Amino acid sequence: MNLLITLFIGFMMWQNTPTAEAIIQKVDDNINSENRVVESKMIIRGKRGKRVITSKSWSVGYTKSLTEYVSPARERGTKMLKLEDELYIYSPTTDRTISLSGHMLRQSVMGSDLSYEDMMEDRKLLDIYSAELLGEELLEDRKVYVLELIAKVDDAAYQKRKMWIDTERFIPLKEELFAKSGQLLKKTIYSDVSKIDNRWFPKTVVYKDMLKDGDGTVFTMIDIKFNQDIPDYIFSKAALKR
Amino acid sequence: MIRFILKGILRDSTRSKFPILIVAIGVFFTVFMVAFLGGVFDDMIDLNARFSTGHVKVMTVGFSENQAQNPLDLAILDLDSLTAHLERQYPKMIWVPRIHFGGLIDLADEDGETRGQGPAVGQALDLFSENNSDIERLNIASALRSGSVPKSAGDALISEEFADKTGLSVGDEITFFGSTMYGSMSFQNFKVSGTISFGNPSLDRGGFIIDISDARQMLDMENGATELLGYFDGNIYDDELAEKITKEFNATYSDSDDEFSPIMVTLKQQNDLASLLDYAAYMQQIMVIVFIAAMSIVLWNVGLLGGLRRYKEFGVRLALGESKSAIFKNMLIEAFLIGLIGSFLGTLISLVVLIPLSIYGIDISGLLPDMTLMMPSTLRTVITPSIFYLGFIPGLGAMLLGQALAGIGIFKRETSRLFKELEV
Repeated sequence: MNLLITLFIGFMMWQNTPTAEAIIQKVDDNINSENRVVESKMIIRGKRGKRVITSKSWSVGYTKSLTEYVSPARERGTKMLKLEDELYIYSPTTDRTISLSGHMLRQSVMGSDLSYEDMMEDRKLLDIYSAELLGEELLEDRKVYVLELIAKVDDAAYQKRKMWIDTERFIPLKEELFAKSGQLLKKTIYSDVSKIDNRWFPKTVVYKDMLKDGDGTVFTMIDIKFNQDIPDYIFSKAALKR
Repeated sequence: MIRFILKGILRDSTRSKFPILIVAIGVFFTVFMVAFLGGVFDDMIDLNARFSTGHVKVMTVGFSENQAQNPLDLAILDLDSLTAHLERQYPKMIWVPRIHFGGLIDLADEDGETRGQGPAVGQALDLFSENNSDIERLNIASALRSGSVPKSAGDALISEEFADKTGLSVGDEITFFGSTMYGSMSFQNFKVSGTISFGNPSLDRGGFIIDISDARQMLDMENGATELLGYFDGNIYDDELAEKITKEFNATYSDSDDEFSPIMVTLKQQNDLASLLDYAAYMQQIMVIVFIAAMSIVLWNVGLLGGLRRYKEFGVRLALGESKSAIFKNMLIEAFLIGLIGSFLGTLISLVVLIPLSIYGIDISGLLPDMTLMMPSTLRTVITPSIFYLGFIPGLGAMLLGQALAGIGIFKRETSRLFKELEV
């Protein structure tokens, strides 16, 4: 009898465990939105000290986004415009718009642990990766699914990702990003998970480039608004100079 | 005695012509190769010293450990006080700050958007100050292909190769995009004041030269530089002095646990130049030994043939009472004189070839399109005092050794059999 009950409970638990795709779908639903406006702060801890950079970003889907740096003074007015897979940077001091492509996209943004490629990657995880559920664990007292994602498209920034996803809120709490060679390139820790507009969202992310010295970059979203009315004209090269 | 032997050598050309020719050829090749390799190595070291290593170089400990990555955040700051100290301590040396940086050179269309771009391998030099010495040290004036050396803030020199590829010309505006030493984005517009070509692919590829004041502002590197190069008086490298200065400086200033503390290294300790210098010395020794060995074998055979030809002569001399050792000694003196004449001729011929080569050189720039090694594009020979006597070592050595080996046969002649041998 006891065996039957154990088997029944086990079967029910198995029935309740979502598939890897379903988990990633829920993560995508939480993270992605039709559009959003984010005010953020980036703390970059370099060899010569700490720098705090604030910016405001507008994004629509995963094809268009604009980031304007607000402070410090040296960065103020610098804008980054992403249109599809093109990236343009506008510098007010030179009044020039420079296009970045190729290996330049792998360079660090402002000396941080993020690359331009990281900043540009807004596609849904399910569009880029196929997922496999490796198991469940406890991470910082939270029950998490451990998933392995393998790139199914050629232009993915990372070939493999290992994600620790909160089983209740469907938000990644930790992530490891790997190159094709299997080398660990980056680690990210997500925290400060809040409910915003009926969705869970991590407001602080610590990025650590494993190929660089230093203590990593803390990216904090000071304010985030989903589904806003964003005028389309701001996503144009001409608008960068305004 | 010597006069008598000399007359014999000159009058009996069959005795001397071939050995003199062999010695002259051997000496020519020895002297030529030593002068040629010496010239190439000297030019490589000089090129490295002028463009990259200095005679000594001061960097931060962290920068020296990661020099290949050119980490701007590990640049030396508060450079004025360090330079002032070094100038007080070593008044005969010249101290030159430089900044190496990388980034993109972007060309704008009429809307200010990218119409072309390429990687920039930037070098910031002291171009504007009155006592600048880098313009002359790097031969910038002679490397100019068009325009002029930067004269005011915002002027830049770009490589002729980049200008050709992008259609840039003097007066055009370009934008540099890179990172400051703190990692921020760095944008700066420059006006092309001139185009340059050093004739060396590793220097010309993406070459971008600006004044150090512009670079400091652009890279947020106030009173800083990635390196401070020191040059000896007369621009001649002295390894012993460099070692001494380096030891003194490092004992006072350097702390291997502090990545921002300065460290001084000698020219030899950079770019694998120590092994290059050692290699040059070994090559000279090896060449002399190889030529002595090769020529000795040839001259030994020549001596043996000569011995056969002069078999009767030696027999008669022995029969007349001359001792074997006296004949052997005569043969060695004869060999010495032949070696001397051959060495002199070989050295003379080599100088005829070496002098124009030391002036004009051989242009090999066409053979180095993808060369990353910093080496001269024109190969020149070097005429040093050693060239005038170096050839005499293998020339005399080989001749004496060859003749000595061939002459040993004299001691095997038996006086009792002389008359039979001479068929008297």
